[in-house]
Amino acid sequence: MSRDNILHKVRTALGRSAGQAVADPPPVRLRVPEIAMEDRIALMRSRVEALAGKTARVPTMEAAREFVAGAIAGKTAVASNAPYLVECGISSLPGVRTGIREVGELTAVCAQVDIGITSADYALCDTGTLVMIASPAEGRLVSLLPPAHIAVVPRERILTGLDELFTILPDPAAQTSSMVLITGPSQTADIEQILIRGVHGPGQVTVVIVG
Amino acid sequence: MSVEFDRKIHDTLADANLQLAVYTATGRLKDKRIQVTAAGVLPDYQELRTQANAIKKHVIDNLDHYLEEFERNVESHGGKVVYCKDATDVSDFVLDLAKRRGSRLIVKSKSMTTEEVDLNERLAHHGLESVETDLGEYILQLAHERPYHIVAPALHKTRYDVADLFTKELGVARETVPEKLTLIARGVLREKFLKADIGISGANFLIADSGAVAIIENEGNVRLTTSAPKIHIAVAGIEKVIPRAQDLAVFLKLLARSATGQLVSVYTSFLAGPRRAGEVDGPEEFYVVLLDNGRTKLLPDRSKRESLYCIRCGACLNACPVYRKIGGHSFPWVYSGPIGAIITPQFMGVSHEPGLPFASSLCGACGEVCPVKIDIPKILLELRGDVRKSEAREGLNRIEKLAFRIFAWVMTHPRIYEMAGRMAASIAPTGDGKWIRSVPAPMSVGPLKAWLSERDMPPLPPKSFREMWRNR
Repeated sequence: MSRDNILHKVRTALGRSAGQAVADPPPVRLRVPEIAMEDRIALMRSRVEALAGKTARVPTMEAAREFVAGAIAGKTAVASNAPYLVECGISSLPGVRTGIREVGELTAVCAQVDIGITSADYALCDTGTLVMIASPAEGRLVSLLPPAHIAVVPRERILTGLDELFTILPDPAAQTSSMVLITGPSQTADIEQILIRGVHGPGQVTVVIVG
Repeated sequence: MSVEFDRKIHDTLADANLQLAVYTATGRLKDKRIQVTAAGVLPDYQELRTQANAIKKHVIDNLDHYLEEFERNVESHGGKVVYCKDATDVSDFVLDLAKRRGSRLIVKSKSMTTEEVDLNERLAHHGLESVETDLGEYILQLAHERPYHIVAPALHKTRYDVADLFTKELGVARETVPEKLTLIARGVLREKFLKADIGISGANFLIADSGAVAIIENEGNVRLTTSAPKIHIAVAGIEKVIPRAQDLAVFLKLLARSATGQLVSVYTSFLAGPRRAGEVDGPEEFYVVLLDNGRTKLLPDRSKRESLYCIRCGACLNACPVYRKIGGHSFPWVYSGPIGAIITPQFMGVSHEPGLPFASSLCGACGEVCPVKIDIPKILLELRGDVRKSEAREGLNRIEKLAFRIFAWVMTHPRIYEMAGRMAASIAPTGDGKWIRSVPAPMSVGPLKAWLSERDMPPLPPKSFREMWRNR
């Protein structure tokens, strides 16, 4: 058995015995700064835009629907099952497929449409990051397969950064099999270090901040 | 130094295009790292390094404990941990699983660990198609080459090289615009993603308290590899474990900054087990392969053990004046640059390439940029000692030892020293006040020739210090 063999080698090399207690690891280092909501919104927008993402700030859920309707403009889209998108009336916009709960169907639809619409569980303003937690409401593929991704996020979900995220969610695995942080459009620089967007994931990312 | 190592270095130095490509690419990465780690941008950069080092030290010193905790928690989420001692173990596991599930096509995201064990070649040998999906790695797979750099694997390839390769291997019309080349690859690989039964990824961190793996990338191919196929296998070295998900707040800030000069990478995937009840998508099966492949050999030595703190950011390569001249393919194994120079001898044995720990000017740049504060120059020195000890055991360095004994004897006898100095001055070329780049034939023999061929000498002054002292 490689398992026991490897663990035995590790213990012998370290001079430890099986089940031997361990001193406490260094204390967790999380520093959550105070940043006012308006500043968070401004920082979030500037970070996303610096990465060639787009942002919009709309005052109401109604206005969010209008914005997304304008962005769809005759193209095809898939919306995740996020209740917030339903509340905004985005899920019922013409040309939007939603309510898909079967993986085969979701894959086929996401591989075909022009735009994937999601909400986000959190956003991190100091890096311009969207936090996507997989659940019955949010699939992984909606923000991944279509060439464009629109995320509609109520302002109160904007956190200061990674430190605040891990203060709120000390163990994301307790609630999901997948948490993905998205910071701007997919990119590569593998050919002569020339930056190209949209290699495997969406080349366009739009963050709509509501409120 | 082996003949092979020497030849590859000379070939790289003689290739002007390659020199320019490597120097430019590493220079750009180096500058970007400096910008995003500057005190004005990240005031607590040094504290984060100290914390990262302390966490890594704690984990490696108690590695068995954290591996077992990780394993328990992966299993509590319905995943499975597979320990593998070497390359054969890994390929046997994948082959067996593929056979049982009737899988033929595998998509792979970038993983230095799988490069270590030549996984693609082993799978191909048994009729499985395993496709690299990171653009750089895909290019290298088509070219049958090893990564040139830990984070920028195809940095030695020009757009024209890639154009030729795609035309030859994919039968497409020749395109030399990087955007178009990228689109071609996207098209080919998108189909593979949607057809593949198994996705194999690496892992940047194994998180013990969550039973999760964290994977960092920019392209989205890791997300596709780990979400689209029914089976996800993450392959990682046993040293990749960290205690808590909360520690990611430290490591994520350091990794992207050090690797590519980004604040964070475009995508960070935190994956804990297969798709759960109610979740819409994600794999049905989730495996983590924990690979030893020589890592346990690094543990007994308390000092050199810190080589295992490495998070594979590649910053030491970009900072290294030697890497920037001799490039990634001169190095004898998959890991290049300063980190390659310290881990390769420890994984493969110092006599595998005795020249390796000496391929450094000991300038200290690598240690200075290392985000987890590995004292690379110190370990290089220790390994030089190990090389000499091993050579002494094999009786290889008799001439060198004799030379140093003579040198020591001369240095401890002032009169002899002065005489030797005068003698050397009388036969050495003057260089006409310029650096002496070659020595006359009688001195250019045997080991002395090899030693002198790599070194230029300053011209001898007209008077020695002793003479000037006497005449003051």
